[in-house]
Amino acid sequence: MKLTLTGNQSNAWGVKLARVQVVAAYPITPQTTIVEELAEFAANGELDTQYIKVESEHSAMAAVIAAENTGVRTYTASSSHGLALMHEMLHWAAGARLPIVMGAVNRAMGPPWNIWADHTDTISQRDTGWMQFYVESNQEVLDTIIQAYKVAESKDVMLPAMAIEDAFILSHTVETVEIPDQELVDEFLPPYDPPEYLNPKDPKGFGSLVMPDFYMEFRYLMYKAQEAARKRIREVTKEYAEIFGRDYHGLVEEYRTEDADVVMVGAGTMISTARDVVDKLRSEGHKIGLVKLRVFRPFPYEEIQEIAKRVEVMGVMDRSFTHGYGGAMFNEVKAAVYNTDARPKMKNYLIGIGGRDVTAKMLEDTFRNALKVREHGLDEEIMWVDLKGGE
Amino acid sequence: MVKTTVPRDEYMMQGHVACQGCGATIAMRYVLKALGDNTIMTIPACCWAVIPGVWPQHSLKVPLLYTAFEVTGAALSGIEAALKAKGQDDEINVLGFAGDGGTADIGLQALSGMAERGTNALYVMYDNEAYMNTGIQRSGSTPFGAWTTTTPVGKKKEWKTEFKKSVAEIMVAHRIPYVATASIAFPEDLYAKVQKAKSIKGPKFIQIFSSCPTGWKHSPDITVEVARKAVLSHMFPLYEVENGVYKISQKPKPIPVKEYLKLQGRFRYLDEEAIEKIQEHVDREWELLLKKEEFTQSL
Ligand SMILES: Cc1ncc(C[n+]2csc(CCOP(=O)(O)OP(=O)(O)O)c2C)c(N)n1
Repeated sequence: MKLTLTGNQSNAWGVKLARVQVVAAYPITPQTTIVEELAEFAANGELDTQYIKVESEHSAMAAVIAAENTGVRTYTASSSHGLALMHEMLHWAAGARLPIVMGAVNRAMGPPWNIWADHTDTISQRDTGWMQFYVESNQEVLDTIIQAYKVAESKDVMLPAMAIEDAFILSHTVETVEIPDQELVDEFLPPYDPPEYLNPKDPKGFGSLVMPDFYMEFRYLMYKAQEAARKRIREVTKEYAEIFGRDYHGLVEEYRTEDADVVMVGAGTMISTARDVVDKLRSEGHKIGLVKLRVFRPFPYEEIQEIAKRVEVMGVMDRSFTHGYGGAMFNEVKAAVYNTDARPKMKNYLIGIGGRDVTAKMLEDTFRNALKVREHGLDEEIMWVDLKGGE
Repeated sequence: MVKTTVPRDEYMMQGHVACQGCGATIAMRYVLKALGDNTIMTIPACCWAVIPGVWPQHSLKVPLLYTAFEVTGAALSGIEAALKAKGQDDEINVLGFAGDGGTADIGLQALSGMAERGTNALYVMYDNEAYMNTGIQRSGSTPFGAWTTTTPVGKKKEWKTEFKKSVAEIMVAHRIPYVATASIAFPEDLYAKVQKAKSIKGPKFIQIFSSCPTGWKHSPDITVEVARKAVLSHMFPLYEVENGVYKISQKPKPIPVKEYLKLQGRFRYLDEEAIEKIQEHVDREWELLLKKEEFTQSL
């Protein structure tokens, strides 16, 4: 079945197909229409779920944590200030090893108030222990929700995951979305079967005090889980491609990088436009390719290292920046390569921040700038693209 | 006052790590006796987040979800929703057990949300009248005149200068089916109230007065006496509100509040003027409670 859906509707469809048993969410632009769509699904019986109307995002995350700990599959969604308000509980969800999946719709942080696409909100949650999938299309939103549950609930992973879509560009824009058959999804994603849960017949404490003699081991196990997730994501996307015919290539997707001297790395919706820009520059004879950072946590260091060996320049486009020194994606890409023999020039492009349209023209200028780095060497490490009155 | 038999069954085992003479452990013991082991409990940051024991030990015979300081109400809604999804919501009791700070202050929003959402769960606020876990700082439930580490009594006599916030009355305003106050000094009454709460569907709230020798500066062997005198002096009246109808559990001929205050180091700085101010406040609150009982009787 094919439907025309916004990114947020597609998100809700993913939740429905995953047969989520408890939803708790609180509205915030641009996430709101997910919450509305799910309320509608629940109200007309299309989705058999308990929908908790919480009084804040902090409570939304707390409620799904408690529900998931009671042994059911849960979902929530948020953006920006709502996600920031959840921060404490994001740590809790991951530390408690609960495979919660959430829809995160990227939006800038205030002040100044701004409701448009910007990755700062999710990048700020990088260190909470959640897996992060940055998606490119409405189809990928739905597919990623289903895949994320499968990865998260793997016994050697048991970590929460965010399916991350750009505000408005996906959340409120209609595209054709292929809806997979429920039976196939049920086969791919069997009911949640937690190894432990709150059970009066087997009373245990979940999340109690752990002294310094063992706390580190709990964190080490999370480290191992992120490592396991790397492998699981590759397997799960492959299995998904075999069943449903859509391949997202694991953690990183490469586009026309075979013989490239210069690659541009980015995440989210800018990737679709960038594909066209690569085609154009390729037709002019430039050896340029594109790397889609689909998964940012766990960080795909092996894939990045392998690419770095092949190229002379890596341009990393961040739709956010970490105050003080460049973008987080840039810093991590650069760090991943340091202990290898590869020494491509690396340049950071801060682009589309606060929802500024990332146009084909803007990307073309950026890519040409990276090509120049190849010829003339690195001029500056961090460049703000399309800055008004700027350089 | 009810007379009832409290069962011998214990759901709190030896090996917990509470201070000597801790009133909050008595509260837990009787609450669990009344609810039984077919219960899922959640506890936020507070003394009781430490008392059950350090991992991998667990001194309670019910499953326990530890959670963050301000989320008890939300956690209760989450557990309830999951039990509904599994079709077990009629079989299993859901209990939140939180301190006064986690209830009156930082957790008030989630508690209000849970009450408004109609979550079928019992929320117990064990009231030791300060943030004890972090070392005796004032809370919204600390009474006027008390010394705490954030209301220290120096030259300027800066004990707590505000009266105690009544969370029970805040919960009455939510129009939930059952609100009660109880005390560790009156275990039969406490037991009966938890049993009643268990029989009612919807959000229930019980505030249990739980004296704290460490924070109140009294000797651990008079924990129960202190709690009893709080009731006898009308400092902490015992009552229940069922569907808006007030019923005072006991109407003792009051002893002067001074008899209660003088047992505790936290009040030892108070001068006659301050004690008089407390007495007037307590008398007025008691009058108000009697009137509420009278006014709501016809409902
Ligand atoms: C968000 C947050 N703020 C502060 C704390 C620190 N903290 C832990 S317990 C506590 C006080 C608890 O007081 P109360 O709820 O009255 O329970 P008691 O310790 O007295 O039993 C505080 C301030 C915390 N854990 N989380």
